[in-house]
Amino acid sequence: MAPTDNPHEPFGIDYAPAPESTAVVNIAKTYGHFINGDFVEPSSGATFPTVNPATETHLANIADGSAEDVDRAVAAARAAFEGPWGQMPGSERGKYLFRIARQLQERSREFAVLETMDGGKPIKESRDLDLPLSAAWFFYYAGWADKLEYAFPNRSVAPHGVAGQIVPWNFPLMMAAWKLAPALAAGNTVVLKPAETTPLTALLLADVLQNIDLPPGVVNIVTGAGATGAAIVDHRGIDKLAFTGSTEVGKAIQRAASARRIPLTLELGGKAAHIVFEDSAIDQAVEGVVTGIYSNQGHVCCAGSRLLVEESIADSFVERLRRRISTLRLGDPLDKNTDVGAINSADQLQRITDMVATGVSEGADLFQPECDLPDKGYWFPPSVFTGVQQSHTVAREEIFGPVLTVQTFRTAEEAVEKANNTPYGLSAGIWTEKGSKILWMTEKLRAGVVWANTYNQFDPASPFGGYKESGFGREGGMHGLAPYLHERADLTGGGA
Amino acid sequence: MAEHMPVDKTFKLFIGGVFPRSESGRTFQVHSADGDLLANAAQASRKDLREAVRAARSAQAGWADRTAYNRGQVLYRVAEVMESRRAEFTSVLIDMGHSPGDATAEVDRSIDRWVWYAGWADKLHHVLGTVNPVVGPYFNFTFPEPTGVVVVAAPDDPPLLGLLSRIAPVVVSGNTAVVATGGPSTLAAVTLAEVLATSDVPGGVVNILTGEKGELLPWALGHMDVNSVDLTGAPDGLEDEAVAAAADNVKRIVRADPAGASPYMIGDFLEMKTVWHPIGR
Repeated sequence: MAPTDNPHEPFGIDYAPAPESTAVVNIAKTYGHFINGDFVEPSSGATFPTVNPATETHLANIADGSAEDVDRAVAAARAAFEGPWGQMPGSERGKYLFRIARQLQERSREFAVLETMDGGKPIKESRDLDLPLSAAWFFYYAGWADKLEYAFPNRSVAPHGVAGQIVPWNFPLMMAAWKLAPALAAGNTVVLKPAETTPLTALLLADVLQNIDLPPGVVNIVTGAGATGAAIVDHRGIDKLAFTGSTEVGKAIQRAASARRIPLTLELGGKAAHIVFEDSAIDQAVEGVVTGIYSNQGHVCCAGSRLLVEESIADSFVERLRRRISTLRLGDPLDKNTDVGAINSADQLQRITDMVATGVSEGADLFQPECDLPDKGYWFPPSVFTGVQQSHTVAREEIFGPVLTVQTFRTAEEAVEKANNTPYGLSAGIWTEKGSKILWMTEKLRAGVVWANTYNQFDPASPFGGYKESGFGREGGMHGLAPYLHERADLTGGGA
Repeated sequence: MAEHMPVDKTFKLFIGGVFPRSESGRTFQVHSADGDLLANAAQASRKDLREAVRAARSAQAGWADRTAYNRGQVLYRVAEVMESRRAEFTSVLIDMGHSPGDATAEVDRSIDRWVWYAGWADKLHHVLGTVNPVVGPYFNFTFPEPTGVVVVAAPDDPPLLGLLSRIAPVVVSGNTAVVATGGPSTLAAVTLAEVLATSDVPGGVVNILTGEKGELLPWALGHMDVNSVDLTGAPDGLEDEAVAAAADNVKRIVRADPAGASPYMIGDFLEMKTVWHPIGR
């Protein structure tokens, strides 16, 4: 075999198509809201379509939630909280969560395929990341349900009541799992709104909830867009709010919720610095940087979107990066070999396209590998900006797409300065083989998650969340329970 | 020999370790519970608040970089100095209408409260941090860090215990504080400022503004270099709109029991940082 110039076929061979079968998935024509244990028609009768972003194929019509629908859902959640769920011992609550975890494991293939069809992410990610983590999240928090008194020493805790939870479209099922599992383990009931472009896996989860006999009203799922979310935020029957999404919407929710003084957690945007020192394991660092920004098409709040590379290795590192990016396989998200899937929606594609155009017009140098984009669907090639100044829009604003900016630094202090020069503070990455430098950087970086010599790792036992304008509150671990509990008035704490 | 003519104290602000008057030149009268005029205290302005935030920001990294052991000792030293001024604090509370017995009890509790919090400096990581058993081959741990600059609306009641109970959980972890006081806690706050100035607390770690809390808080809530606002002692009339402005930079808003004490109250002003590193050979 003769080497070729084509990076996809360096030895003259290519991958055969390996599409995952969609036979396992059964999509209904129309979905209602899931309220009080049943699917119900939206009060207005209005629906909106959800499409496969890789093909622009219509998948289903989805109920458009009105304030009246939200009201029904909150009433059902309230009744469940004051009824069976509120009375149930933690040990019994936990068993329901264990059941959910098991069913997610058993039906993992079905969920993964549906997630990829509705959202456009590569099947290898929905299969190997979204689904295992979703199941793990329920499994982890299931075990907390009867151990809450050990989580907060000298504190007597109780659930808030009805939690309103609004989740984004980048990890649709996983974000629902991150929200539902701790809320239910703590004894709350829930009104959940999935994102309007990716409602299908949450609605399939409703099927699981029916199958495991979760008492009606414990979890209610109302579908819709921003207006539906606003109806949840504004509903007087909601005792606690949790939101994952953009910083812009998060701020609007904080404003709306502030007058009501209800507890709020926000997991918002990011503009993470991914810092590579000259003494790092370079090949691993290249892989880490690529994973950090191109996995899930960069639709990741903690994506490592700002590469800060030590000046001494910058040219060679960027060259390696370009070579590696040129081998990424973009295309059918259902193909098991696909690295980069479809952009989630036409709107998001437009945002990314506009941001990249801004980057070019402000003078940054754009690199995109040669890459055939499919005719149908929403696609954007993996992109790298070099020659980036701190003042450039692409270096400051979250793009939420497969776009990396490259800046250089000479000293660790400068790297810290640049990394922290952002209103965001969700995550950061560090690559160096020097342990003491990792720990020094870790202390200096103002970010809630620091990945050292790795990137984009998640685990239900590991708290995740932001500093500064990336939000407040943590999801995962013992810390992820706290937002769903309040201190009971009958104990005022210790102290002198 | 002539009788000693008392030297009255001028009540000023405490910003960056020094005692300026308000740049606005404004003062307000502080009266005792009996209606006697005790002082013309400085009435802080918006610009004073900004100066105080600037001082707090400048001091924050250095304060947070102190070792926890050192921060604990510096705070304990504050209690030592307070102890030496027990009589003054007691008389302040008597002026404010406390009976001598109540005044003594509150001063004692306040000093003890501060000592209690000083001891948390090098223990809060144990209680609030975790090592996380993740599935992959990674060492994974979570530890608390200060959130940054915190504006504290000091409670009016109890005037001294409330003041100390709200400042201590802010600064013990390495945050710096801008404290807005007024009304009944004014004299206690000014006296505390003198204690802080004569102990080892670096300038800017605690800044104290006297005046109208209701006037200062909206500016604090809208200030883009403030990380958190403790509204425990906020006046009732504070507009919802003013509080909503906290969202402009996603401030952490805290409301708590004005006289409570708990490591979880320290937690209200902390960020949790999670670190991942692979395990391998």
